[in-house]
Amino acid sequence: MTATQTTLLPVDTIRRDFPILTQKSASGMPLVYLDNAASTQHPQVVIDAISDCYRNYYSNVHRGIHTMSEASTHAYEKSRETVADFLNAASLREVIFTAGATAAINTVARSWGDANITSNDTILLTIAEHHANIVPWQQLAARVGCKIVFLPVADDGTISDDVVIAHLEKHRPKLFAFVAISNVLGTEFPVQRWTQLAHDAGAVVLVDAAQAAPHLPLDVQLWNADFVVFSGHKVCGPSGIGVLYGKESLLDAMPPFLGGGAMIHRVTTDGFEPAELPEKFEAGTPPITEAIGLAAAIKYVRAIGLEKIHAHEKQLVRRAAELLSEIEGVTMLGPLPEQRSGILSFVVQDVHAHDVSQWLDTRGIAVRAGHHCAMPLHKRFGVSATSRASFYFYNTIEEVDVFAVAVREVREKFARTGRKRTR
Amino acid sequence: MSREEDIYEEHVLDHYEDPFHRGDLPTATHAHEGDNPLCGDVIHVDLKIDDDGRVQEAWFDGEGCVISQASASMLMEKIEGLSLAEIKQFSADEMLQLFGPRLTPNRQKCCLLSWRVVQSALHAPVEGGQNDDRDGSSQFGGPSLKEES
Repeated sequence: MTATQTTLLPVDTIRRDFPILTQKSASGMPLVYLDNAASTQHPQVVIDAISDCYRNYYSNVHRGIHTMSEASTHAYEKSRETVADFLNAASLREVIFTAGATAAINTVARSWGDANITSNDTILLTIAEHHANIVPWQQLAARVGCKIVFLPVADDGTISDDVVIAHLEKHRPKLFAFVAISNVLGTEFPVQRWTQLAHDAGAVVLVDAAQAAPHLPLDVQLWNADFVVFSGHKVCGPSGIGVLYGKESLLDAMPPFLGGGAMIHRVTTDGFEPAELPEKFEAGTPPITEAIGLAAAIKYVRAIGLEKIHAHEKQLVRRAAELLSEIEGVTMLGPLPEQRSGILSFVVQDVHAHDVSQWLDTRGIAVRAGHHCAMPLHKRFGVSATSRASFYFYNTIEEVDVFAVAVREVREKFARTGRKRTR
Repeated sequence: MSREEDIYEEHVLDHYEDPFHRGDLPTATHAHEGDNPLCGDVIHVDLKIDDDGRVQEAWFDGEGCVISQASASMLMEKIEGLSLAEIKQFSADEMLQLFGPRLTPNRQKCCLLSWRVVQSALHAPVEGGQNDDRDGSSQFGGPSLKEES
């Protein structure tokens, strides 16, 4: 390989930890999995952790007196410790297990939002948000009549501090909810700085870290954000679990969202007393094996090292951007590599994103096609759909090269050649 | 050659590049437009239906992937000369057969967009204004791109 080979990680060794990556794709070609922003794959240790629970000690948590319930409860709560440590949360009470990042944002919107946002208030978002960080606020606006303002994104996929400051001063939002890393543009927004600016303007801050937590070191106390959410399945963990981090003072003051078992201290025919944190927000049987699998995934990813993962992905995306820039008719969205995480969305002139994706699939390459749950952002860039390659630590420079060759083929395959229909 | 590559067989690409009756039909008696917001595919269909209830002319316009546009071309070619009853009987399965290459559930939706628009157009006479189902009032009930939800 050339000098562009990334030497940051022993990727060949790492890949052996992922059974799925050793398979051939449906097309018979080696699988090149570049859809990591949608969902990541699972190392054997995660599969084993889940399997071990189901085979040996699975039971409901916080309920039984019997040995297996104690064992499941212990493992579930140990998972919370792993997550708290991963986020550098100040307390275990600040770590709520949810069904995913989407459920976490909805919890904040329904609980904190309904209790704190009125028709006089404004919520500030960016136009780069995933639908998960737009729709819950639109639903809140429909309930209470608040205003939603979107920060515009520049042509290069960035948002300057000046724009943020101007909007904070003009609109005085009660909440500033923004994505740490855009799932389409790959832009890495300055979370710590924006949080400070928002706090100075009196806003509460929610950070959608779904594309950040799996890819770079994260410290919620350094960020100082009030709420931070992420999903398990984007960090080599199971689907069906995510995390809501919230500052204890805020969570404590919030009413419960979902009602049911586990979230109560006492129930009578007249009413209920909610449980303490974090159970207050964990109604019903929680995602038990999912939490255990998530903890195994976090330990695995941390053992590789998030700083190395981040640097490795930046090398891959830089290489991909270089190669795609050499292909005529290919337009890339998003910022320069310095501000970009391992996400690269692009458009091939005159070829629909689904056809791009379908063709790449014949080469064993899995990319995402569509609007990536970010329709307002696509509208802003004047496209209905893009194709997106997104990298993780198990991807190689060779895979980037295979990907670029296939994109070049797309141009040739779908170019107009003056062909005629049979008449 | 893999199954996926077969989707783009010559017949399909021919229709994509050299479509049958792509454009407007100013004399249309029936018209409808539909889209798939998940993909961004849009198909508009203009039909001229005579007094005997037969399609004299069928035209389409739109934008989107190869599957959606090529299948629309094939469908326009197919329905010209057919009666309303014959078109109503023309099933989704027959549309997929007309297209030819086997499609995965997600791509069947692209192929069936024009079929859906034609079925709606039969009930949408042109009376000054155009009909449009983009408000989602008549969404296609077939397989969906759940990942986009």
